[in-house]
Amino acid sequence: MHRSIVISFGFHTVMIILTVLSLPFLSKKPVDLSPLISIDLIQISDITNIPFAPKAKKIIEKIKKEKEKLVSEQAPPKKVKKENPKSVSSLDDKMKKIQTENPKAVSSLDDKVKKIQAENPKAVPSPDQKLNKIEEKKAEAIPLPKKKIEKIKMTEEKKQNPEKEDIKKVEITEEKKLVKKDTKVKQVSEFEKKEMFDLNKIAALIDKSKEEMAETIKKTNKLTQSQDKNMNISGLTLSEEDALKAQIFGCWSIPLGLPYNESLLVKIKLKLKPDGTVTKTEILDHARMNKPGQAFYKVLAESALRALRNTDCIPLEVPTTGYERWKDLQLNFDAREMLGGG
Amino acid sequence: MKKIKYLIFLLFITIPTKSFSLIEVDITRGNLTPLPVAVSPLSYNQKSKLALEKVLKIEDLGAEISKVVENNLKKSGLFNPLIKDAFLQKPDIAHLKPRFEDWALIKAQALITGKVDLQDEKLRVEFRLWDVLAGKEMLALAFTTVPKNWRRVGHIITDKVYERLTGEKGYFDTRIIYVSEKGPKTKRIKKLAIMDQDGFNTKYLTLGNELVLTPRFNPTNQMITYLSYFRNLPRVYILDIETGIQEVVGDFAGMTFAPRFSPDGKKIIMSFAKDGNSDIWTMDLENRIIKKITTHPSIDTSPSYSPDGKYITFNSDRSGYQQIYVMKSDGSKVKRISFGNGLYGTPVWSPRGDLIAFTKLHKGKFYIGVMRTDGKGERLLTENYYQEAPSWSPNGRVIIFYRETKSDHQGEGFSAKLWSIDLTGYNERMVETETDASDPSWSSLLSN
Repeated sequence: MHRSIVISFGFHTVMIILTVLSLPFLSKKPVDLSPLISIDLIQISDITNIPFAPKAKKIIEKIKKEKEKLVSEQAPPKKVKKENPKSVSSLDDKMKKIQTENPKAVSSLDDKVKKIQAENPKAVPSPDQKLNKIEEKKAEAIPLPKKKIEKIKMTEEKKQNPEKEDIKKVEITEEKKLVKKDTKVKQVSEFEKKEMFDLNKIAALIDKSKEEMAETIKKTNKLTQSQDKNMNISGLTLSEEDALKAQIFGCWSIPLGLPYNESLLVKIKLKLKPDGTVTKTEILDHARMNKPGQAFYKVLAESALRALRNTDCIPLEVPTTGYERWKDLQLNFDAREMLGGG
Repeated sequence: MKKIKYLIFLLFITIPTKSFSLIEVDITRGNLTPLPVAVSPLSYNQKSKLALEKVLKIEDLGAEISKVVENNLKKSGLFNPLIKDAFLQKPDIAHLKPRFEDWALIKAQALITGKVDLQDEKLRVEFRLWDVLAGKEMLALAFTTVPKNWRRVGHIITDKVYERLTGEKGYFDTRIIYVSEKGPKTKRIKKLAIMDQDGFNTKYLTLGNELVLTPRFNPTNQMITYLSYFRNLPRVYILDIETGIQEVVGDFAGMTFAPRFSPDGKKIIMSFAKDGNSDIWTMDLENRIIKKITTHPSIDTSPSYSPDGKYITFNSDRSGYQQIYVMKSDGSKVKRISFGNGLYGTPVWSPRGDLIAFTKLHKGKFYIGVMRTDGKGERLLTENYYQEAPSWSPNGRVIIFYRETKSDHQGEGFSAKLWSIDLTGYNERMVETETDASDPSWSSLLSN
């Protein structure tokens, strides 16, 4: 009896050992999985109010001082009113008009500038060339690191000297005027140059065109009775509404990940200043933004608000009359059409 | 007197006053260009920099993590990461308080800043997402992990940013399992391989002795089911990635193939072929009970569950041509949903539940497309000489598949590569792999 138990026990033990050793997975090296990552959440306030680190504060103050220094060394920047793209394009047309009416007036100036350029290409760089130069330098002109600011100063000095010599060579009075204007531009900060060159190119035409523009605006402002009626009913004329839409279309980046089949419509109430500046924005269904499961709505609402803060569109080009009519606006942002639904 | 007062009051309310109702303007169009995002390199102090350099042998870990984020965002097609050379503010200062006007100047609409630190031999990565135009912070998180996990941290940051800016979950902290292929077309060595969704950290799970096909993840990403050969018979296997244990699924007296896990991971659904007939079966992984779902005398294969597990889509030639069908998970109420020209196959239910991805063969060309679950709204996303096996990203926005190129009559020039395309059909990209690759399957998010 005992003997058979011992034999049985021994046999089973051998079998178990054999089974364990022959199992294939024991010889395999398990794949090492990457360890878990713990996540800490940082609290976010509604308004950014992060205290400066003492070191960062010092650096920023230093930069500010340097920036002030740099500005004080330069001539005060010329105040230039931003022109809307429409008026610029109309200016080009007008330039063409002037050219056709009196080709000598414009061509003589151009010819003279070309002459100077041919004699000494550095003397009167074309606005385009200058723009390129500025754009190249713009990255360097960050008022952050000390060294870079010094670099800019150096390049400015180098540039100014040969040009002064070139100016002396110019004899014709008109040409002198042009060059003088150019030297003035050089004293202005790098950031201002881009705009100023654009304007110098058409400087002679601006005032004239403004007058003409004003005249045309006056003409359009004289509304017919039918137009007036239309406004009272719908608030904005079709052309005014289209113009307003076109501006916002360009600045509204629709979040591409939004589902096309969900009904997402964001209504925003605006308060506008007479110059088109947005003073207040209010999402009409604001409570929905913070509701669970409304992430897409929140994303769409934020994108709409971004459009209304985009400096490419704001201030809006608003009608010149009837401020009382459009000082309060409601914009309904609906992305369905663009996302393939609707 | 009272009458006069009453008359004045009446007169007052009846006089037309000049009042304007609120003007409503419908904005129905906008930019569909990717959102410009500035991903500032992550900053760190000198002490952490030296320590991390020593541990990871990476010179600038902050820049490397930001590169991972940048690449992910770019590949999504929804964002346009701006060139770093244009940044005007230093990363450390930007992380403390960005000068929004500087970032707006370079047309950035969102800004990502961050900080890397080494604390008690653990990597701590902090990041903040800013709305540049609103001048507000949108998101701030910190992650702590072992230093060698830095790439995953980059993916998790991208997921969080993606979710905050699009409203849907990301798909960057995920893996892809596929069949790695090497050698000439007639003598291919096929191995199971697993990698991060961006093509990094490839690991091989099998040696290449046996032919392997159609690997699929389970919902927890710890198990894989795939087709391999057992005693010269194609059979469905399960492999535990962590332990390396693999086993044959079920004791079928025939060929089993096209396996897939159920959404709860408790069942495997697959095809079982015998005597020219192929049906769909399920096996319960807890009690190993098998169940026949379809009984039609035709070829029913490629089953895929809906995300709620209530329905199954599959393809069948019961109508005479291979088409896509939907049925209840118990096999009842079978309904054909594809009616277009050509043959339809490999249907896969989207994780969102709204669409079914499929492969279509029409006039000698292969298409990857999507249709709604009722078969309506068919959209063909991409067309090629040979492509198939679509698999959804966990957020149901991107589809990965493989594409083969033509070989010449000597069998040269053949290649198989993984490709991805999003639902718009515009953002088509090749997914980098170490070798040729086929049969991809996307995991769910590793960090939820």
